[in-house]
Amino acid sequence: MTSTEPSKAHQFPSGSDAFPHRHLLGIAGLQPWEILYLLKEAEQWVDLNRKSIKHAGRMDGLTVINAFFENSTRTLLSFEIAGKRMGADVVNMHAAQSSIKKGETLIDTAVTLNAMKADAIVIRHGSSGAVQLIADKVDCPVLNAGDGRHEHPTQALLDALTIQRRKGDISGLTVTICGDVMHSRVARSNIYCLTTLGAKVRVCGPPSLLPAALDRMNVADFTNFDEALDGADVVMMLRLQNERMNGDFIPSPREYHHLYGLTKKRLSLANDDALVMHPGPMNRGVEIDSNVADDIDRSAVTEQVEMGVAVRMACLDILTRRSREVEGWT
Amino acid sequence: MKKLFTNAQAIVPGQAEPQVTSVLIDGEVFSEIGDVTPCSESQIIDCENKILAPGIVDLGVFAIDKPAFHFGGITRAALMPDQSPVLDLPAMIKHYAADGKPDLWSHPIAAATKALEGKELAEIGLMKPAGALAVSTGRHWIADSGMMLKLLQYCHSLNMPVIVHSEDLGLVGDAVATAGETATRLGLSSAPSCAEAVSIARDLALVRESGAKVHFRQVTTAAGLNLIGEAKSQGLPITCGITPAHLFLSDMAISDFRTFARLSPPLRDESDRQACLAAVQNGTIDVISSGHDPRGPEDKRLPFAEAQPGMAGAETLLALSLNLVRDEIVSIGRLFEMLSTNPAKILGANAGAIEPGYEADFILIDPDAPWQVDTRKMAAAAGNTPFDKLPVQGRVRGIYKGGKAL
Repeated sequence: MTSTEPSKAHQFPSGSDAFPHRHLLGIAGLQPWEILYLLKEAEQWVDLNRKSIKHAGRMDGLTVINAFFENSTRTLLSFEIAGKRMGADVVNMHAAQSSIKKGETLIDTAVTLNAMKADAIVIRHGSSGAVQLIADKVDCPVLNAGDGRHEHPTQALLDALTIQRRKGDISGLTVTICGDVMHSRVARSNIYCLTTLGAKVRVCGPPSLLPAALDRMNVADFTNFDEALDGADVVMMLRLQNERMNGDFIPSPREYHHLYGLTKKRLSLANDDALVMHPGPMNRGVEIDSNVADDIDRSAVTEQVEMGVAVRMACLDILTRRSREVEGWT
Repeated sequence: MKKLFTNAQAIVPGQAEPQVTSVLIDGEVFSEIGDVTPCSESQIIDCENKILAPGIVDLGVFAIDKPAFHFGGITRAALMPDQSPVLDLPAMIKHYAADGKPDLWSHPIAAATKALEGKELAEIGLMKPAGALAVSTGRHWIADSGMMLKLLQYCHSLNMPVIVHSEDLGLVGDAVATAGETATRLGLSSAPSCAEAVSIARDLALVRESGAKVHFRQVTTAAGLNLIGEAKSQGLPITCGITPAHLFLSDMAISDFRTFARLSPPLRDESDRQACLAAVQNGTIDVISSGHDPRGPEDKRLPFAEAQPGMAGAETLLALSLNLVRDEIVSIGRLFEMLSTNPAKILGANAGAIEPGYEADFILIDPDAPWQVDTRKMAAAAGNTPFDKLPVQGRVRGIYKGGKAL
């Protein structure tokens, strides 16, 4: 029903110059104004999503395939809702890693998806770089919904939108990211996004879960969480995978909680109005205490989920403008 | 049948620069080098001032790929035991030793342990008479130091060199890259470069204990090369090698998840690369080899971590190595010590030098001929080179195995 035209913003380059990329494979390499344009475009979908009838016909007749090679509930659901609210026909392909043989099959799958004439493909894969590999083989835009430990760009965008709506300008904010940075695509995309937008980013975690050369990514690294929290405006906790809790990387969940769990007491070390974020699903009592996670004044966890749908709607809209022959985007 | 090669710029032992001279071949061996007076029955071949160099002895390839070897001027190739099945039985050694003759000699290297699993010794004493000139741990590291010592003692008693891979398994784990900025940015599992030095340090201690001859096939870090240099100065019977990839590429080459640059050991950072060049210059590195491992799309068109390591290196080995001469890092004489003489010496093969009595394996080179590396136009079984589109200089214009033109 409501078919809103692409917003004409004066502070952004006109037409496709505002976001000249064919795919959204990662945040690395995006210009600050490109990120801000995506965030600005998402705002209208936040408003739409709060109405009772949540439908924009912009992508009527277009087909979006969600190809998930790794299990996911939240992200898949978020992309599915985003596509449907934009009016697209959304098809989900669940290809858990076990059922898809390695090797040529990934390329073959890409070629197959391409032959089905999708207008956008959303891909999650367990291996870093896999989404780019598929993107090189298809004719339509590809959205990375998470590839291995590499990037999860829509998560970083929804986090940035959440921060921006709560805190205003991201530039100059101090953001502390704590947890399993080594294995986290969320951390990488957020580091790229927040540093590009001018935030001061600190990362914190046990040394066994911090990757090498973090200083080369314009972030400060900490192993002491209390120090990393001092003066922070935003505290972003990362999920600790169960399989890493028992001796391989850290001795036990309770020791992790002792050193890196976000408790009410610890949060008091950050700024008084510091925002608490978590990409979910949370391990309550391990990386975050319930009384912090559920504190509506401080925690933005559910808002992050809400922003996720809006950001994904904006990404789908912008990336399909070329094929929809939107003026200025052809 | 005698053949006299005149007007050759010959690379002869002990000389840094090529010597204008004539080379006489009698049957399959060099018989005279210098001002040879042609006799009536000898065939005279004018080399037209091309460089006449010993055929390259490629110490450590993963496939016998004759078209690529001949393009690259390789007359002998030592085949790594990492085959399917693994070269751990005398019959396999016999089979591969005959493979390629007469126009290419392949020297299969015996697997150190059964299936290269590092648990039980392979039948090295039976593989030797079957034609194995060396023993190797393949692309693996024997984690059990007790097993490694037994292996070295055993090979020492059989007078066989052991070719080792230097990466400590515990530090490497499932790593596919060197820990550093590139791996962190790409989100690839990585291992610190000290995994190499840790492994070399242990093996050097075991060389001291056993007296075995050990060749460290690829030493690619400053710390590893320091250990090697120090051990050599103490007179340990060790040698080490490298491939052009680690001399001319850093881990930046894996950006964009380029699987053609996925190697084992992985590419290192720029400071280690510079240390490798310095080690070529100061003589710490004895051997440059191709590590030739042609891999098709089924092994390479995959997400980076799932792709197989290795590159097709035979065709580019000579042209890339000649860059070391142009950049004045080494003389051409020293380059062919690394490409031919030293590898032949390690294997104990009567080849690798232009010297009377040696097998007449040689190549005629036009060192300045320009060409461009192109993955789509390779002689190799697959075009997985990380040097795609690189302009290079140096072409092989003639190749002779045992005095016969190929």
